Amino acid sequence: MPSITREEVAHLARLARIELTDDELDHLAPQLDQIIELVGQVSQVAADDIPPTSHALPLTNVMRADENVPCLTPEQALSGAPAQEEQRFRVPRILEED
Amino acid sequence: MTDLTRKTAAELAELMTSGQASSVEVTQAHLDRIAAVDGDVHAFLHVDAEGALAQAKAVDTKRAAGEQLAPLAGVPLALKDVLTQEGVPTTAGSKILEGWKPPYDSTVVKRLKAAGIVILGKTNMDEFAMGSSTENSAYGTTHNPWDLSRIPGGSGGGSSAAISAYEAPLAIGTDTGGSIRQPGAFTGTVGVKPTYGGTSRYGLIALASSLDTPGPCARTTLDAALLHEAIAGYDPMDSTSINQPVPAVVEAARDGDVAGLRIGVVKELGGEGYQPGVEARFHEAVELLTKLGAEVVEVSCPHFEYALPAYYLILPSEASSNLARFDAMRYGLRVGDNGENSAEKVTSLTREAGFGAEVKRRIILGTHALSSGYYDAYYGQAQKVRTLIARDFAKAYEQVDVLVSPATPTTAFAIGDRIDDPIAMYKNDLCTIPSNLAGNAAASFPCGLADEDGLPVGFHVMAPVMRDDLCYQVGAALESALAEQWGGVLMTKAPELGVTR
Repeated sequence: MPSITREEVAHLARLARIELTDDELDHLAPQLDQIIELVGQVSQVAADDIPPTSHALPLTNVMRADENVPCLTPEQALSGAPAQEEQRFRVPRILEED
Repeated sequence: MTDLTRKTAAELAELMTSGQASSVEVTQAHLDRIAAVDGDVHAFLHVDAEGALAQAKAVDTKRAAGEQLAPLAGVPLALKDVLTQEGVPTTAGSKILEGWKPPYDSTVVKRLKAAGIVILGKTNMDEFAMGSSTENSAYGTTHNPWDLSRIPGGSGGGSSAAISAYEAPLAIGTDTGGSIRQPGAFTGTVGVKPTYGGTSRYGLIALASSLDTPGPCARTTLDAALLHEAIAGYDPMDSTSINQPVPAVVEAARDGDVAGLRIGVVKELGGEGYQPGVEARFHEAVELLTKLGAEVVEVSCPHFEYALPAYYLILPSEASSNLARFDAMRYGLRVGDNGENSAEKVTSLTREAGFGAEVKRRIILGTHALSSGYYDAYYGQAQKVRTLIARDFAKAYEQVDVLVSPATPTTAFAIGDRIDDPIAMYKNDLCTIPSNLAGNAAASFPCGLADEDGLPVGFHVMAPVMRDDLCYQVGAALESALAEQWGGVLMTKAPELGVTR
């Protein structure tokens, strides 16, 4: 019994916005199954009273002074855009047709 | 005429200070070397000859005018292609960023430029730093200068190969799970992962934000320390930057005294799965340090064996959310924008076309680990394991000043050997990952060649948080003692590359 099925991988790919091909799914699903078996070891290690560490440093709420500093110009910000129009990022339509 | 490319960064700085060479000469010598050998090595994705020579000329002009210059002013460097440099192509080894020219400098690059360090170009890497061999680069594999049929390590294989091929005396890498130290070990060079937060992540294309750490690569311990000092220190642009003075790394590299230093050999990082030649060189190095006056004991870090699984939950989780920014809207590739496809469809088609197999694997794994119903069992548990690993380190540092292990279980493997076996590939980083999870400083130093294959072995030193200086202390002691045995640093044993003209 695999820990992750081909259908589940296809679902995750949709969530992650990657249009995987059938060949890729065939290849990926068994590999992910192996990897999940490896990483699943962590579930047996830590007792309930162990606090999680999200970060190596104990930092909280790092604030900077509320001062204006130079930032990118519109031309700089748009310089890498795949498409632009009227000094804005041009994007494809955002609603599906139906 | 002495070959300028064989000099260390410190020697080059001395030659330029005393007026025996100009930065333009030094830079041109390295550009010529790149032209001669990089066809075989493929360390570079982009060579910025014009920009480098302009930078070199500016340094020479300042020097001629009697200006006070930083210690490494005029010395050339190779930059891992994951750090932004304004106006210079930056791809992170991915097709999705092909042709992108960042509109700003990363903090590391800003500091390199301020120090007068000349940036020769951008080095090859596994796509988005996901890998241990550079085989995941969308632009071809880098070859190990010690044996061109082998991988140079990864993800920063380009940076380490560049310095071991004498294409640059210095390089910048980034270390998320070993991407500076493992290529350092595989190429017979020095690679240092500073304390997390000791070097700035601003302008570093993010893989796993809680782990990513830029750091120095060099052929000698002193050179690495000089570069470390040039790039390290507090940066208000990075919210996890440590606001404390930079550890005295250069002083430690010059000092190199280990008398009375307490060194712990990590019991769990050895034995089964470790190549005999790696273990032999490692134990000889430990013996050598004992002779130099260090007190060596064995230390147990029982949770280190869970570092690898914890890492392969934490990293993909962070990566899957970091890489969501590649949505085909603001920069990089866009596929399928035909006037009919929706934005979501265009995003999905672009990511399918622009990401390589390993990146897809990890994004999907991370998406799985973070999805509802699995979060507590995977990501939550991995974060708890992270606590246990940090506690293992804390307990060990009550007894000893530094911990040591081999840097990698094996020497450099053959190109193609592990490319379709992700787990075998992941095991490269067994020794290096714990320090990323705990955030402490760690480094790999050359300690000899394995008997089986004649390839370099790395000696791994793990120091407490913000005690990066202790890594250099041990590295410098080992380097000078070994150089006495060998009549030079390990790199002098590297085979000569064929030079094409």
